[in-house]
Amino acid sequence: MNAMTEIDAGVLQVRDLRVELPGQVDVVSGISFSLAAGEILGLVGESGSGKTTLATALLAHARRGARIVGGQVHVGDQALLSLEGEALRRARGSLIGYVAQDPATALNPALRIGHLLRETLAAHPSGLDREAQQQRLIETLRDVGLPDDHGFLRRFPHQLSGGQQQRVMLALAFVLRPRLIVLDEPTTALDVSTQAHILATLRRLCKSQGVAAVYVSHDLAVIKDLVDRVMVMYAGRIVETATRDELFSRPSHPYTRGLLAAIPDVAGRRELTAIAGHAPAPGRRPQGCSFGPRCERFTAGCAVAEPLLQMNAAGRGVACLAPHDQALQVKALAPIAALKGRVELPLLSVSGLNVAYDRQVLFDVSLQVQPGECLAIVGESGSGKTSLARAIAGLGENAEGALDYAGRHLPLHARQRDAGLRHQIQYIFQNPYRALNPRQTVYQTLSAPLAHFFGVKGAPARERVEAVLKRVSLPGSVAGLYPHSLSGGERQRVAIARALLCEPRLLICDEITSALDVSVQASILDLLRQLQREGLTMLFVTHDLGVVRAIADRVLVLKVGRVVEQGAVDDVLDHPQAVYTRTLLEHSPSLR
Amino acid sequence: MLEPANPPRTPAWLSWFIGRLGYGLLTAWVISLVVFIATQALPSDPARVILGPDAPLESILTLQHQLGLDQPILWQYLRWLGSVLCGDLGVSLDSNAPVSRILWGRFGYTLALLVGVIIVVVPGALALGVALALRRDSWLDRWGLSLLIFLKATPGFLLAIGLVLLFSMPHMDFLPAVSILDPDLSLLRQLKSLVLPIFALSLTALPYLTRMVRAAMIEAQESDYVIAARLRGIAQRRIVWCHTLPNALVPAIQGVALTLRTLIAGAVLAEVIFSYPGIGTALNAAIQMRDLPMIQAIVLVITLAVVLINLLADLLTVLLTPKLRTARRVTLIQRNRRGITPWWRRSRGDA
Repeated sequence: MNAMTEIDAGVLQVRDLRVELPGQVDVVSGISFSLAAGEILGLVGESGSGKTTLATALLAHARRGARIVGGQVHVGDQALLSLEGEALRRARGSLIGYVAQDPATALNPALRIGHLLRETLAAHPSGLDREAQQQRLIETLRDVGLPDDHGFLRRFPHQLSGGQQQRVMLALAFVLRPRLIVLDEPTTALDVSTQAHILATLRRLCKSQGVAAVYVSHDLAVIKDLVDRVMVMYAGRIVETATRDELFSRPSHPYTRGLLAAIPDVAGRRELTAIAGHAPAPGRRPQGCSFGPRCERFTAGCAVAEPLLQMNAAGRGVACLAPHDQALQVKALAPIAALKGRVELPLLSVSGLNVAYDRQVLFDVSLQVQPGECLAIVGESGSGKTSLARAIAGLGENAEGALDYAGRHLPLHARQRDAGLRHQIQYIFQNPYRALNPRQTVYQTLSAPLAHFFGVKGAPARERVEAVLKRVSLPGSVAGLYPHSLSGGERQRVAIARALLCEPRLLICDEITSALDVSVQASILDLLRQLQREGLTMLFVTHDLGVVRAIADRVLVLKVGRVVEQGAVDDVLDHPQAVYTRTLLEHSPSLR
Repeated sequence: MLEPANPPRTPAWLSWFIGRLGYGLLTAWVISLVVFIATQALPSDPARVILGPDAPLESILTLQHQLGLDQPILWQYLRWLGSVLCGDLGVSLDSNAPVSRILWGRFGYTLALLVGVIIVVVPGALALGVALALRRDSWLDRWGLSLLIFLKATPGFLLAIGLVLLFSMPHMDFLPAVSILDPDLSLLRQLKSLVLPIFALSLTALPYLTRMVRAAMIEAQESDYVIAARLRGIAQRRIVWCHTLPNALVPAIQGVALTLRTLIAGAVLAEVIFSYPGIGTALNAAIQMRDLPMIQAIVLVITLAVVLINLLADLLTVLLTPKLRTARRVTLIQRNRRGITPWWRRSRGDA
């Protein structure tokens, strides 16, 4: 399909779309593209790139404070941005469907599933009588893979699993048979297996009904098997657009290449390269190319004017003065030094650990961590991986079992551990936005453990804080800042620094990269590997098998509170024994 | 994950409610104990308090015997509790009439006052809160909020006196300044006397509730599910009434309960200002006359009313929240908002 026919058959045409914040600060601008019937477009970018703003602007909606100030959005022959009131209401839903990021919050907790579906049908003139409406409803539920019985329709959203909730969102979008569907990271909150099933359902529906789709995602690996075409956004602009195969085989824009080089791949250990610096916020974008300050190929010409998106005849476009034309070479890494054969006293051993709250979440879990190794604990939500990490850290209540640390008995409650032992086991939390006290400067946060554990205050404390900031690659000036002026990646570095100041031997990392962008994740993983080389032992909790491949020596797979498999990373990921591990691997997104 | 398609025959909220009812009864018993100790068992001698410092010893002894104060304290309490349970609240020392008969009428009047306030305030606050939330940040919203804060900041008695000055002074004599009710006439025929007290109490209660509804509406309106509904093409009117309001109603109910609790206490003040013959004036008079059985009965009735209001509000909250209504074990977080786990629960852990 070439560019001309694409535009002719276009279901969606966007011209020069621009969304502003007050003060003429643009969030996205100069967006033009088109979509054919049945075509699935992947819209990729990191947080702050404007991808969600663009996605909702396609439905003529801007979040509070923002405003669509220019451009056109045509769906079929309807000019969406010029519609108002009742006409706009009718176009939303019937022409364009929308699927939000988190189904748990996007479904009204007070309304039943059947009520939502019927209301959506009734809100638009469909020309269907009562019976036909019921027929359509049942058909749609079957299409998205949900039960269609009366009992299911009478359920409330909280009575469904996350995957089912997202299927309901799909049903709400597809029940009106729209021509275009916009999906804003619909699987981010879901487990990999659920995600794989939802993506397959979506692709089947789009292709069979000829519905075009815009799929917003921050992760290139997730959309690889779903989309026909990819559009990469950076700082509110499209920087590259290409067919899927072309983009993954020959990425042109330095930013696209940076993204691809930063994604850990479950299929093989590769060297992860982080993109230096971070994305500029709206209103703080530099003169010329927004990516310029982070780009290796930056020349004086890049700072003069913003490079335009140059389209070639094949429908491929790049906004760069010096685009790459080679395939991306990612260095494969040798396996991390195997610890096989080394029999030492384990640093930590857990035996027969049981944890129960209202119900039991861990059943007789036993594991050992050798000094200097990184053990990954993998599982889906509800597998008990965080409960396990918290129990080892001494934070978990209701735990029973035996812990041994460096040959000594380790009490289950942190309170009962003596201070000399406590500082050796440190915990880093998942969400860096909540792990730092917003009312304390970085220096206050970092100096507290020094005073607490070692009685170090004043000038020596300042020296140590400066040294640790350097160790986690943060400038010393960060010490005087409050957390709100730091980015997510910087906050997580501060959290790591806080743990390091306690001089730990065992570091427990609970999904510490899952709230971060891929390029930031790469730099954090790099830091952790370096710390590991310096002799730190790590327990790394994650749901992402790609991250496991990138960082761990050994892996332990948890399923609903039980260990189903453990072993050296390459053994488990290349030759999984348990059926569960195999399904997980099958459903994990990969770049290969 | 999945719950069984057929819910168990007795819903969990019913057993939860029975448990709460038990707690309510327990609270009532504790309250009776507190009331008794505060009025009768404390070292000060009620007989001397009643008769004054100059009373001769024999009349004090006679009164002590009349009140049963010469008997052991436990026996006094049990006897008091027993008669209260049988509906016998004793005889008023002031008027020599049975307390229950005096209170029955008084309580009815106060109830009429409160019902009147609820009829005015709840729809008023809902309408006003929704209207302000829909016009958020407009001049109407800003002025409306300022006015509400002004009302809130004005002490209730000032508002009441202001209303009397406005409506009941000789130059514009619309409404009676004092609400002297004729017990032989039905309340419906004397509505005019109710207007000012209801109005005054409503004005003190309205700001809090309106702001609560407004905040809950705004929160619901900015939620993902409302944006999703709007992007599905659901009409604005439907979004407001079917999507937003049911979710904003739950905090509003807790707000109404809080309002009622403060109103019962606040009724004393408003009733005194308007000389309204409710339990507020009765309590005021009883305290002045040191009418012990009256005080005990009124305090008991008020506290029981508060327990009952809490119970009803929680029941409504559970019934209006599908997640709680259909849950297998109801735990109402609202009671424990600060996340403090009571010691008897700690071992089970609510993580």
